[in-house]
Amino acid sequence: MFYGTDLSSRLMLGTAQYPSPQVLSQAIAASGAEVITVSLRREGREGGAFRDILKAAGRRILPNTAGCHSVKEAVTTAHMARELFGTPWIKLEVIGHADTLQPDPFALLEAARILCGEGFEVFPYTTEDLVLGERLIEAGCRVLMPWGAPIGSGQGLRNIEGLRSMRAHFPGIPLVIDAGIGAPSQAALAMEMGYDAVLLNTAVARALDPAAMARAFADAVAAGRAAHRAGLMPRRDMAAASTPVFGMADLA
Amino acid sequence: MRRDLISVLGAGVAGLCTATELAGRGHRVELIAPPGAPCPASHFAGGMLAPFCEGEAAPPEVVEAGQQAADWWAAHVPVTRRGTLVVAPPRDAPELDRFARATGGHEPADPGTLEPELAGRFARGLFYAEEAHLDPRDALRRLRAGLERRGVAIRDGAPQGRIVDCRGLGGRVPGLRAVRGEMLIVAAPEVTLGRPVRLLHPRFPCYIVPRADHLFMIGATMVERDDAGPVTARAAMELLSAAWTVHPGFAEARILELGAGLRPAFADNLPAVIRRDGALHVNGMYRHGFLMAPALARKAAEMIETEETIHAD
Repeated sequence: MFYGTDLSSRLMLGTAQYPSPQVLSQAIAASGAEVITVSLRREGREGGAFRDILKAAGRRILPNTAGCHSVKEAVTTAHMARELFGTPWIKLEVIGHADTLQPDPFALLEAARILCGEGFEVFPYTTEDLVLGERLIEAGCRVLMPWGAPIGSGQGLRNIEGLRSMRAHFPGIPLVIDAGIGAPSQAALAMEMGYDAVLLNTAVARALDPAAMARAFADAVAAGRAAHRAGLMPRRDMAAASTPVFGMADLA
Repeated sequence: MRRDLISVLGAGVAGLCTATELAGRGHRVELIAPPGAPCPASHFAGGMLAPFCEGEAAPPEVVEAGQQAADWWAAHVPVTRRGTLVVAPPRDAPELDRFARATGGHEPADPGTLEPELAGRFARGLFYAEEAHLDPRDALRRLRAGLERRGVAIRDGAPQGRIVDCRGLGGRVPGLRAVRGEMLIVAAPEVTLGRPVRLLHPRFPCYIVPRADHLFMIGATMVERDDAGPVTARAAMELLSAAWTVHPGFAEARILELGAGLRPAFADNLPAVIRRDGALHVNGMYRHGFLMAPALARKAAEMIETEETIHAD
């Protein structure tokens, strides 16, 4: 449950960098995503035509504060998002480092406190840091969105053990892998590890065939989630024959 | 055959190409261009005739039709046919592989062989030998002068003939949206480039188009925003940093102009000729104005001539 909303698709899709709005619409349809994210910082209030195309996709919109580097920018952008989309949902991104686009944990926490206090339902883009995660929950966040790898890098889950610890540490909190996913196998892995959803953009938008790639990610996310619910077998160091050696027919 | 008067509305690249094509085919044409009309998006264009490179994101129709553009333009204005060079910084080399997969018409190239001043800066590049470029403002001036020489009236006021509306966002065609673009023109006496250079970068791509006298156009942002206000600091910084990455000589370049315009675009970003309320609309040029206007002008002319033939029967 993401702030009381149950989603049947666990894939969330970003809407930037597509060759055209038409291709974007096809990718959204192919992905089956129920949640799409949209940036506002650069487009501003004058981006109405593009927003109308997104609204026509009929999905739940999760506006984001991508491109914001300070608390003030992020809070202002969140206010604009609430006004333009009429939703309390906000994906909170406060960038701390221009090269890696790593979140600024201190500004993120401060902005999360402000926005939660104002009634926003905040989806914070964070790292796998457990203490930061706890503080964000204390601030009022009911979802955490740790990065898999730097935005747009396609490196997948760069710190798998850290992300496993995070999953174990926050059993009741919906966790979404946000950023860094480049291949469907990486998305499937995140879901197998028990993550609740995966959010991605570049891997689909910049594929040679975005709609086909969106479908591939939808399949991978569904497969990973089904595998997690079915119960994955444990890894073993030794071979374990699936047929017992003893008791076999002696045909000699 | 009957030759009715045709009123072309708009004096951007779509209007001037359409009027030129129609006049060249023997139609009677007038061009309606009020002096107070907004500055056309083509004023800020790069002037690249790069159908293969555009194929990275554009549908195959653009690659196909765009290949006619250089010949059409060369019949009317000076065109430089020296191809396009595409480079990427060493750490973004995978971008070059992706671009190569997404486009045709290229061969691997040593950037320093094509552009001696880039020697040692980029290990690998892609060369699109068939591509060309022109100076957009000079080209539009020449088309306009050519129309005047043919006796085409370029005037304000109510159109008298059948309407071919090429006014871009002013044409108010349903489904049309504005995509903001920002660009710069710099004078860089230390820089010599023989052809357009595109820098691939995951976040700050740019292209540099050489013009006469060491002037360069550096472009262009793509922002989903209906706002033709002045260039933002972010856009200027990103474009200039990207240009500086290509050639350090841009550090001491003089900024002559910072320009922002609005590209008219349909949802598929594909330019189109549309029949609506008895008028033809040539619109949605997006970032393909100079590349696609000749093909669309031909298409519009053919549609008009087909109708004339039917009416004459």
